Amino acid sequence: MLKQTEGSRAVAEAVALCRPEVICAYPISPQTHIVEGLGEMVKSGALSRCEFINVESEFAAMSVAIGASAAGARAYTATASQGLLFMAEAVYNASGLGLPIVMTVANRAIGAPINIWNDHSDSMSQRDCGWIQLFAETNQEALDLHIQAFRLGEELSLPVMVCMDGFILTHAYERVDMPTQQQVDAYLPPYEPRQVLDPDAPVSIGAMVGPEAFMEVRYLAHAKQMQALELIPQHAAEFRSIFGRDSGGLVRPYRCEDAETIVVALGSVLGTVKDTVDELRDSGERVGVLGITSFRPFPLAAVREALEGAQRVVVLEKSLAVGIGGIVSTNVRMALSGLHLHGYTVVAGLGGRAITRASLHRMLRDAIADRLEPLTFLDLDWKLVNNVLAREKQQRRSGPIAEGMLRDVGVVASRVS
Amino acid sequence: MSTQAIKFYQTGTFTVGNRLLDPAQRSVQATVARTNSINSGHRACQGCGEALGARYAIDAAMAATNNRLIAANATGCLEVFSTPYPETSWQIPWIHSLFGNTAAVATGMAAALKVKGRGDVRVVAQGGDGGTTDIGFGCLSGMFERNDDVLYICYDNQAYMNTGVQRSSATPPAARTATTMSVGAHPGNVFGQGKDLPAIAMAHGIPYVATATVADLRDLEAKVEKAMSIHGARYIHILVPCPLGWGTASHETIRIARLARETGLFPVFEATYGEVTGVSKIRHRLPVEDYLKPQRRFAHLFAPHPDIETIARIQQMADRNIRKFGLVEGGAQ
Ligand SMILES: Cc1ncc(C[n+]2csc(CCOP(=O)(O)OP(=O)(O)O)c2C)c(N)n1
Ligand code: SF4
Ligand SMILES: [Mg+2]
Repeated sequence: MLKQTEGSRAVAEAVALCRPEVICAYPISPQTHIVEGLGEMVKSGALSRCEFINVESEFAAMSVAIGASAAGARAYTATASQGLLFMAEAVYNASGLGLPIVMTVANRAIGAPINIWNDHSDSMSQRDCGWIQLFAETNQEALDLHIQAFRLGEELSLPVMVCMDGFILTHAYERVDMPTQQQVDAYLPPYEPRQVLDPDAPVSIGAMVGPEAFMEVRYLAHAKQMQALELIPQHAAEFRSIFGRDSGGLVRPYRCEDAETIVVALGSVLGTVKDTVDELRDSGERVGVLGITSFRPFPLAAVREALEGAQRVVVLEKSLAVGIGGIVSTNVRMALSGLHLHGYTVVAGLGGRAITRASLHRMLRDAIADRLEPLTFLDLDWKLVNNVLAREKQQRRSGPIAEGMLRDVGVVASRVS
Repeated sequence: MSTQAIKFYQTGTFTVGNRLLDPAQRSVQATVARTNSINSGHRACQGCGEALGARYAIDAAMAATNNRLIAANATGCLEVFSTPYPETSWQIPWIHSLFGNTAAVATGMAAALKVKGRGDVRVVAQGGDGGTTDIGFGCLSGMFERNDDVLYICYDNQAYMNTGVQRSSATPPAARTATTMSVGAHPGNVFGQGKDLPAIAMAHGIPYVATATVADLRDLEAKVEKAMSIHGARYIHILVPCPLGWGTASHETIRIARLARETGLFPVFEATYGEVTGVSKIRHRLPVEDYLKPQRRFAHLFAPHPDIETIARIQQMADRNIRKFGLVEGGAQ
């Protein structure tokens, strides 16, 4: 059914259609509307046979999900930013124990300085935690990916993180096609756990594993993600046959066939990038876009296949590996090893800094002319940076960095546009 | 408590499982139907109070739930010594997730059982004093506050034993640990710190809170049994001497636990909805020295010179407990 709704609400409704049995909620923007929506559905009875638990922290949220999943329930939670870091120990534990929890991460920057706006630092910080990580481009895809996430996670006994851009998607009112319960039921069978705490068949879960088998257990975690590489396209195809649209999959190439320059990106920025690429195409430039939907497992072969015909690759990413540059680009390079392509890392949109078509235009023109710095910070205000550096040179007690910088900026509110 | 009182001369010992009792009053451990939920062969030190306490508590919980029990366990000695995989002592469904999240894991388990309509299966969570009073405190308080249907058992050996005897917020004043060394002007742990977790649990207004020791195992069983007859959040705090950490002889575990109670240093009581409803009276009131002396963690209080002042401060703590809980027959003294 078509409806005009908020991204968070759409995700909440999609999660409800997946018949979750335990939902744990802890507030943090920009995720909160999702669990609020679900809580309301549970309280009103619209979502029955489901426990909605207001926990005292994200660490507890993930831990409650762990206990629920181990006791055989389909478990869901959502978080963002500081919340994801606060639960990090339990995030690793959930995947280590092989519990197919689904979690939405409404992507948001990580402090300090505290910042509620969108970038991918939170999910990226957990990229090696053993969870599958899927990135949504639109609200439609965000809701579809949740349905696929339960299916994929439960089939593999692995937890799945659905990453959607905070505010840009979570708070955007858009038209979405909401599936019916029959469609979701046809796609997603009831949860049949591989391991469950059941008095009729007692098992011990979570024993210490020493050097004699630890490597092998870890390898199996990797092997399962490799299985996911096979399953994700199959599940996307099956999804298309039931729901009638393309959602999910490993990568999404756009106008890449004859492209000399290909921009690689994740999430909602892909829309802006595609518009920019269309304009550049109109002016005769051979430019394409590669969207990565599955960041973990990272589809090395599919990325290589999409990029190997190009001359240069620009990785546009909303995260920063401090001290080296890009995170996504490091992964993309891995896919391109042995190929001689010009590679550019463009860090953009940190903490909600808008990524505009005009900026992308300028940046891509420079890239096409191979004038771009290998590591570029899109729209960085160098004056602000240099002010601070100068101050630090002048005086030892230069004070807190962020506050000094904001004083330099003056009272103009946050520069989100 | 509805148990039959037995006199010392009837048993020759304070232990349980005694044939003079009515079968219904006998210890769970005295019956062939006991489940051995934590089976023999685990790797606890000889004389480990935690192993003993857990065995009695979990078998009693099994008996009280018609063997329909699942357990969560915090990281710590109990977790490590019970699951040297491929061997496991646990005969019941058991999960270890992390050090600080056990109460929350148990909440999730209880929620799953509820939604699955499996009201017959009950949940117990367990942790050491570190996993309970320190790192797991937030999750525990959350579980209490929501009144989740979980019995949480703290095995209090008054330090982080699994990592080599470091101070926790349950370590008593003056005790030597690896991080409260017996050096300097005031050796051992400082006074005026620490948490009284049973009191904090009571402050949550939960249906049931109790303390127990491994010296009164029938009392411990009865409290577990009672806890399992109640729904909602329940807390049992068991004093479990640790020969390794306390520096006591392996065969002294029960005597040391009894001395903790008989001196008044560890009040044994139960409470419902935040109100004390019963206390175990002290039989023969003893000075705290009797408890402190056999423990090497307090050795600096007696040699090279007796630290009379510090011992007096500890005696004051015991006296305060005796007054507060009316631990001595005939009222406060
Ligand atoms: C987050 C985290 N911090 C620290 C540890 C290390 N650690 C494991 S067991 C333990 C001590 C446990 O002490 P306690 O809870 O009192 O149980 P005991 O071993 O004394 O029975 C510690 C500090 C850990 N596993 N996880
Ligand atoms: S160190 Fe203490 S608590 Fe741990 S197994 Fe040994 S006696 Fe038991
Ligand atoms: Mg301890």
